[in-house]
Amino acid sequence: MRNWLYLHSRAFKQAFARLAGQPLGTLLSALVMGIALALPAGGYILLDNVAALARGVSGTPEISLFLDSGAGPAEAALIEDRLQSEPELASFRFVPREEALQQLENSGLKDVLDGIAVNPLPDAFIITLRREDPALFEALSARMRDWPGVELVQLDSAWVKRLSALLELGRTVVLVLAGVLGLTLVIVTFNTIRLQILTQKSEIEVSRLLGATDRFIRRPFYWFGSLQGILGGLIALAAVWGGIVVLTAPVAALAETYGVMIVLAGPGWVESLAVIAFAAFLGWMGAAISVRRHLAAV
Amino acid sequence: MIVFDNVAKQYPGGYTALDGVSLKIAPGELVVLSGHSGAGKSTLLKLIPAIEHPSSGTVWINDQDVSRLSRRAIPYLRRNIGLVLQESRLLFDRPVYDNILLPLVINGHPPGDAARRVAAALDLVGLYGREKEYPAGLSGGEQQRVAIARAFVNRPSILIADEPTAHLDPAYAAEIADLFKSFNSAGVTVLVVTHDAALFRQWTPRRVILAHGRLVET
Ligand SMILES: Nc1ncnc2c1ncn2[C@@H]1O[C@H](COP(=O)(O)OP(=O)(O)OP(=O)(O)O)[C@@H](O)[C@H]1O
Ligand SMILES: [Mg+2]
Repeated sequence: MRNWLYLHSRAFKQAFARLAGQPLGTLLSALVMGIALALPAGGYILLDNVAALARGVSGTPEISLFLDSGAGPAEAALIEDRLQSEPELASFRFVPREEALQQLENSGLKDVLDGIAVNPLPDAFIITLRREDPALFEALSARMRDWPGVELVQLDSAWVKRLSALLELGRTVVLVLAGVLGLTLVIVTFNTIRLQILTQKSEIEVSRLLGATDRFIRRPFYWFGSLQGILGGLIALAAVWGGIVVLTAPVAALAETYGVMIVLAGPGWVESLAVIAFAAFLGWMGAAISVRRHLAAV
Repeated sequence: MIVFDNVAKQYPGGYTALDGVSLKIAPGELVVLSGHSGAGKSTLLKLIPAIEHPSSGTVWINDQDVSRLSRRAIPYLRRNIGLVLQESRLLFDRPVYDNILLPLVINGHPPGDAARRVAAALDLVGLYGREKEYPAGLSGGEQQRVAIARAFVNRPSILIADEPTAHLDPAYAAEIADLFKSFNSAGVTVLVVTHDAALFRQWTPRRVILAHGRLVET
């Protein structure tokens, strides 16, 4: 065990020395890898932010039932009775037009609303269902639309669904991107290791004559590939953070014009570690393939 | 025990470097191999650590058929064989010390013990104090001595040397011969290729002579 650790620490030092021995080449490879990884990593973070935003805006899908602007308390009471007798409702809540206006003002649109003399909002019922079932939604809203005094029945879930479908598509794109660009990373490592093997040819030959096992010879190359991958991962993270820093102000400014507060969240510890681990794994894989392919020829 | 049993070696291209070679070397023997240039001496040596493989016949080392060893087993065979090849094969990108240390690292020696062994080896080949120098800055003879130190630092039971004194002046050559004899006296099987008939004369070693790939004297 101690011997195993010793051999690995030696291989690690050797790999580190080789990386440090050619800083320019190392930097260039790491940059290529970093940029290749920054795209999917950045995409993932972007989707994460959008998803968080969507979650914040709407929790469970709701039905909004808006009353005619001419409808008074009598119609509202009637509708309330009908809602009471619907078995599939989990809850409903009457939102008078004054309250709706108040909510809108609180959400930051006060300046806009101050310019309007008359409250343009209708009274409304906000309804949630017992179970999330699109067919039920449809049937219920079709029925409610015919009730007297009802102006509009709106499924708030529609845009949430559309957004989540878009997010799903986005995630697939990010995955494909990660796969394709990850392959780039493997190829870059494959090639650097190939060159490494060429320059270390005499050391490999001599080591073999002195009784080095294949594992002993491969070990530093595995470390080299992994370390280079880790460097690439770090650069990718730096690029993503850089993007967030650059985008935070303009996004916040844009959001403010809609009266919304948006704080861009960067990659957390888990995501950061995942990016680095993924990069290290790809580097290791490139090294493994290259070593398998090229060491036999030495 | 090293045994060559009717060994032939043809290099790719068909050149026959060895032909019908049968030879037994007992443990602890001192054997001097000589012959004209191109006789097949280096080829014979290279068959022992499986650097080259016989085209026919068998090479046995301690009752093991070398050509039947798996790829995984060959490194362990080599760790037990000290090797000084005709070309010194030092690593020029690192100092003398690291060159001599390499077999110990490969063998997984604890660092402290390895350092003591390297120091002792440097002392034996007369390079103590020069361990920080790089091989390129050494003379041919000094490089040869580094290669010799590297060959025995791991205390192998077999020591094979191809013209180890080729670049040395007679005084140093005699010292190196002394060194090989002292290993041999400690029980190491020594097989040395040399043109210099006078070199080991005082110890009356066994002499083996090759000519055109065949043994003419065993
Ligand atoms: N790798 C090789 N490929 C083809 N032919 C080779 C190879 N190595 C050696 N030979 C040939 O085999 C013959 C024996 O070579 P070897 O090196 O064993 O001779 P030697 O006795 O060591 O000679 P010298 O005293 O010059 O070192 C030579 O004719 C040489 O040209
Ligand atoms: Mg020779």
